[in-house]
Amino acid sequence: MTLAELSRGASAIVVSVRAPPEAPEWVEWLEAIGFLPGEHVRVITHGIPGGDPLVVRVGDSTFALRRIEADCVTVQL
Amino acid sequence: MKTTVAPLNFQRRGALLALVGNPNAGKTALFNQLTGARQKVANYAGVTVERKEGATALPSGRQIRVLDLPGAYALNPRSEDERITADVLFGRAHGEKRPDVVLCVVDASNLRRHLRLVLAVKRLGLPVVVALNMVDRAAARGRAVDATRLAELLGVPVLPTVAIRGEGMAALREQLDDSALWDGPIHAAHVGASAAPVQSADHETVQRILEQLGLDTLMPETPSDRIDRVVLHPLAGPAILALVLFLVFQAVFAWAEWPMSLIEAGTAWLAAGVRTLVPAGLLQSLLADGVIAGLGGVIVFLPQIVILFFFILVLEESGYLPRGAFLLDRVMGGVGLSGRAFIPLLSSFACAIPGIMAARTIPQSRDRWVTIMVAPLMTCSARLPVYTLLIGAFIPAHELGLGIGLQGLVLFGLYLAGIVGGVAVAWLLHRFTTVRTPRTLMMELPAYHWPSAQSILLGLWQRVQIFLARVGGIILTLTILLWFLATFPAPPEGATGPAIEHSFAGMLGRALTVVFEPIGFNWQISLALVPGMAAREVTVSALATVYALQVTDEAAAETLQPILAADWSLPTALSLLAWFVFAPQCLSTLATVRRETGGMTGPALMAAYLFALAYLASFITYRTALALGG
Repeated sequence: MTLAELSRGASAIVVSVRAPPEAPEWVEWLEAIGFLPGEHVRVITHGIPGGDPLVVRVGDSTFALRRIEADCVTVQL
Repeated sequence: MKTTVAPLNFQRRGALLALVGNPNAGKTALFNQLTGARQKVANYAGVTVERKEGATALPSGRQIRVLDLPGAYALNPRSEDERITADVLFGRAHGEKRPDVVLCVVDASNLRRHLRLVLAVKRLGLPVVVALNMVDRAAARGRAVDATRLAELLGVPVLPTVAIRGEGMAALREQLDDSALWDGPIHAAHVGASAAPVQSADHETVQRILEQLGLDTLMPETPSDRIDRVVLHPLAGPAILALVLFLVFQAVFAWAEWPMSLIEAGTAWLAAGVRTLVPAGLLQSLLADGVIAGLGGVIVFLPQIVILFFFILVLEESGYLPRGAFLLDRVMGGVGLSGRAFIPLLSSFACAIPGIMAARTIPQSRDRWVTIMVAPLMTCSARLPVYTLLIGAFIPAHELGLGIGLQGLVLFGLYLAGIVGGVAVAWLLHRFTTVRTPRTLMMELPAYHWPSAQSILLGLWQRVQIFLARVGGIILTLTILLWFLATFPAPPEGATGPAIEHSFAGMLGRALTVVFEPIGFNWQISLALVPGMAAREVTVSALATVYALQVTDEAAAETLQPILAADWSLPTALSLLAWFVFAPQCLSTLATVRRETGGMTGPALMAAYLFALAYLASFITYRTALALGG
C-alpha cells in the first residue's frame, strides 16, 4: 500500500519510493526529506476538502505532502 | 557530463566561511550571531535567490567573510535556492568563490535527517565544522547529544550551540579560528555518480551513528504535535487562520493610518517650507513638487511595510506560515496558486508593493511569479480616493434596504471585480503555462518556537533598506521625470487655462485621447492619467489641476464632484471606474516587480497585460452603458 492510503493516525514503515514518469526527480527529493527504506512514517492529519494535502511525520520531521506525492511512497504496516 | 567552466576571477578575496544546513536548522540565527548587523543582503547573480553575506573577526584577529547559503535538504538540488547552495559548495557558482571552510548547522533534535547533509558536505573535501544547534530543545525532550562522541563518529569538530540565545558561540569562534582549517590542502569535490544509492548508504551510516549515541529511537510526542492538533484541525484550523489573517489585515490598515498621516503632514509641511524659503520658480517647483512630493509618496508606504513584515517575520519564525499554507493549499491550488500566496495577496489590498515583496516567502519560482503577476489586481488603498470621488459624483445615494446603500454596493463590486480578475488571471496562467508535470508541495512543518527579537529586528531592517534604497531610488527618479514632463515647456505668454495643458504631459494626454476615446475618456482624463502613473491617487489632484482648481488634495474631491457630474457622462465615469480596477499605471509597483523578478520582462509583461485588461473592461463597460442609454 502507499502512504496516501494510510488512514489518519496510522503508522507504517517505508518500503520503497518511486516517482511518476513525468517527474522522475521526485525520488531523490522524497529521499532527501527522509522517505528512505526502513524509516517510520505516520499520517498526522488530512487537509480539507478532499483529504489533500496530508501532514506526515517521517522520522523526527513533519512534512506536508500532496496526495499525489504521498502516493509515491510504498509502505507496510 | 558537462564540463565545468572555471568561474571568472572577479570574486572578492579573503577567507570565506559558508553556512550550510537543512531549512529550519537555525542557520540564520547562527549567522546573525556570528556577524551581528554587519550583513549585506543582495541577490545571487542572475537569479532571485537572496544572498546574505557578513563579516566577523575571530579571536586571533583573523578576518573572515561569512556566507549564509540557502537552506538545503540535499546537494542534489530541488529548487533554485538549493541549486545555489550546491553550486557554491562545488565551486561552480558564477562569480562566487568556493568557500574555504564549511560550517554545517544541524538541529540536535533531528539528527536523523540533518546528519545526512553533513555526510554529503564532508564528501566535498572542504574542511567541515558542525554546529550542533538547539541542544537545549533536544535535552528538554530527553535526547541530549554527546557532542564529543558525535565528533569522533563523524571525524569533524562538533560544537553544541543555542544560536537563538547566543550560547556556545565563544567556543564555536575558537574552533573556527583553528589555522589547520584555513591553511590545509583543499581536495577537489568528487561528484557522486548517482545520488540515490548514496542517500540510502548515508541513511544507514546515520542510523549506526544514532545507535552508538543511544538516539536511534523516535522522538515521543512533542509540544509542537499538541499545538498542531488544534492548529491543523479541520474545523479549528481554518478558523484560527481566518482570525490571524483578519488581525494582520486590520493591523496593516488601522495601525499604519496614524504614522502615514504624520508622514503626509510632514511632507506637506516640508513642501510649504520650501515654498516660503525658495523663491518661486523652477527650483522651488522641482524641490516641492518633484523631490519632496516624490520622496513623500514613497516613504508614506513605509509604515504599512514595517507592520506587514513584522507579522510575516513573526509568523515565519514561529513556524505558523507553512501551516497556513497547508490549510489553504487546496483552495489556492485550484487556481494554480501556492498556499503560501495568501499573505502576499492579502497584503496587496493595502498596497501591491509590500505584497510583491512578501512573495519572497514562496519557494517555487513559478508560483511566486504568478502571485506577483496577480497581486496588483487586489484593490490597493491608493485606488480608494479615485473610487470615492467617482462614486460620490455619479452613483446616487439610494438606500436598497437592510442598511445597504447603492454607493457601498458599487464599491464592494469594484473590490470583487479585482478579486475575480485575479482569480481568472491566475487560472488562465495555470491553464496555459503550466508544464504538464504535477506541482510539488513537500513542505516542512517545523517545530514551533518563539521568534527572537534580534532576528525580527534584523529582518525588518533589511526589508526597510531594500525598499528605501532600491525602490526609492527608482521611484524618485521617475517622479522627477514626471515633474519634468508636467512642467516643460512653460505655457506661452498670455496663455489661458492651466499650465499643465501646454506641457509635454499635456501633449501626451491629448495624444492619448486617440487611444482612450473609444472607451469614453475625454482629454482631461487622459491627461490626468499621465501624472497618475506616479501613484493612483495622484489622478485625483491631477484632475483638479486640469479643471483649473487651486485647492489642496483633500478639498479636491469635494469641489471636483459637481464639476465632474456636470462634465462627464455616466458611461464615461463607469468606464473610468472599470479602468481603475485593472489600472496598470503605478510605476512604484512596476519598479518593485523589476527588483523582485530581476529584469524588465516581469514589469513589461505586467504593464502590458494589465493595460489590455483595463482597456477591455472599460470598453465593455462604456459600450454596454451607452447601449443601455447611459
